[in-house]
Amino acid sequence: MKLIHKLIRTPEGIAGFVILAILIIISASASLIAPGDPLRIAGQALLAPFSDMNLPLGTDRLGRDVLAGIVHGARTSLFVGTAAALAAITLGLCVGLIAGLAGGLVDEILMRVVDAFQIVPGFLLALAFVSVMGASLPVVVIAIALGAWADPARLTRAQVRSIRERDYIAAARVIGMHPAEIAVRQILPQAVPPVLAVSATIVAAAILTEAALSFLGLGDPNTVTWGSMIAEGRNVLRSSPWLSIIPGIALVTTVIGVYLLSEGLAKALSGTHAALTPREGERS
Amino acid sequence: MKRSLRLVRRRLLASIPVLLIVITLTFVLLETAPGDAVDAYLLSIGGGDAAVADGLRRAYGLDQSLTARLWLYLTALARLDLGWSVAFERPVLALIAERLPNTLALMGSATALSFAIGSALGIVAGSKPESVKDRALSSISLILYSIPGFWLGLVLSLVLAVQLRWLPTSGIETIASGKTGLDRFIDIARHLVLPVSSLALIYTALFLRVMRAGMEEAWTLDFVLFARAKGLARSRIVLRHVARHAALPLITMLGLQAATMLGGSVVIESIFAIPGFGRLAHEAVAGRDAPLLMGIILVSAVLVIIVNLLVDLAQAALDPRIGASEASS
Repeated sequence: MKLIHKLIRTPEGIAGFVILAILIIISASASLIAPGDPLRIAGQALLAPFSDMNLPLGTDRLGRDVLAGIVHGARTSLFVGTAAALAAITLGLCVGLIAGLAGGLVDEILMRVVDAFQIVPGFLLALAFVSVMGASLPVVVIAIALGAWADPARLTRAQVRSIRERDYIAAARVIGMHPAEIAVRQILPQAVPPVLAVSATIVAAAILTEAALSFLGLGDPNTVTWGSMIAEGRNVLRSSPWLSIIPGIALVTTVIGVYLLSEGLAKALSGTHAALTPREGERS
Repeated sequence: MKRSLRLVRRRLLASIPVLLIVITLTFVLLETAPGDAVDAYLLSIGGGDAAVADGLRRAYGLDQSLTARLWLYLTALARLDLGWSVAFERPVLALIAERLPNTLALMGSATALSFAIGSALGIVAGSKPESVKDRALSSISLILYSIPGFWLGLVLSLVLAVQLRWLPTSGIETIASGKTGLDRFIDIARHLVLPVSSLALIYTALFLRVMRAGMEEAWTLDFVLFARAKGLARSRIVLRHVARHAALPLITMLGLQAATMLGGSVVIESIFAIPGFGRLAHEAVAGRDAPLLMGIILVSAVLVIIVNLLVDLAQAALDPRIGASEASS
């Protein structure tokens, strides 16, 4: 709660908070704003925006409502972005914690696997994964997470390795606390904040990756996504450019919102962090 | 020089197990795909009977076990044989070698452009943190950083190529134009303006932000305080002390972004119809061409390793502290 309070006191934080809150409200009430299947034909094809008040953003080549697509696309975008980031961060935290605590051969093997995932371009990996598993929403989420978990894993491991040398961990060991309890209750809470600080960047990257995948036709064909709307509009880019431009603006706004929130979060976190651990560096 | 040679050897040795992991995991992933290249091929020619399919599977070695095929792949790889592309009916390595130069030109130009503009603007912003100029540049960079390259590419081509007709919309050069020498170079450069800008913009914003953050931090450090106390001219402090301190993380960022940029080239090349490495990846997926996709992932991993090695060497050359401990151990 205190963090949110600090967050909305930074200008970036409040701007990002407002943008994302609006997007969340829109995607939560997507079925109210635009009831029915957003992929159904709603009217005359290629209607320009603002020409018919029932279809305020116009229609695409097949006569589908663009507003309905945008609203339902927000849901997909936010869902895939947060789900993929959550999966990547959870996996990264687990692997980083195990590698950092175990050390030795386990650490060596796990870190080489992390290396392997870091040197393969995440987008190529996602492309390969989706093409093998078939395009559906869960597969897209896993595909994006596969390319994103290596960074949080590395970050967690470094953090765990520095924490485990601290005095209070030695003290916990001396009083006979179980290693698993030390790992979960003493080390993990301290290792999470730096990963949290980069979490928004992971969400933003996941949203952009999802858009790029569905732009290339590798998204779930039964779900509206902004990427697939941009791709669909591209066929009539010369005559009806708004069909590609509108979903693109929605996409950029979302990502800006996430980045603004991330900057605000970083400022708020650095504030609390400094207050909690004064002069950490001087104490070695 | 000896130090950097040791660095190269160490890094190359360390990358072998990593590459083996990449190959094994990718191989297993691609093998779990329902249907293989023979199915895709038969589908594309309108079907065929079971005997033909079996014959093709035997010919491509697809009837053997997973481990046997992985071993076969690795032994072939040792002879630099990346296998046979089913969709293109050509060796994978030749196909990749043919496409790679276009992508390297695209990525190289985008990197050079974004690095130059991004770091220059970063110096402008970071020379006086929290000033009006800094706030304006930081806000603009945040917006630019949020624009997906493929959408930017579409908008740029809509404005500059379709409406204004200043630049060609797609391709790497004018087909059958018969241009040679300088004319051909200019023709290719004109074709590359839009894709390079689309790819470079996001990295320009990134380099700007990294440079600015590094400089903001440097202003609080003792050596900058000392330079100011000495009464050095402000421009000299900015360029020789503050910006220089911030330049090193910028080069690290170059290495970190190599993989992302390679991934980004897939969409950019697809939009602008550039026959490059990234578009080949898209074509491999569309054609269900597992050997080709395998080769593409392997080559991209090798490329990223090479870029990171170059970055390490550049850093070792710029900062004598780096690699000194590694070399002595």
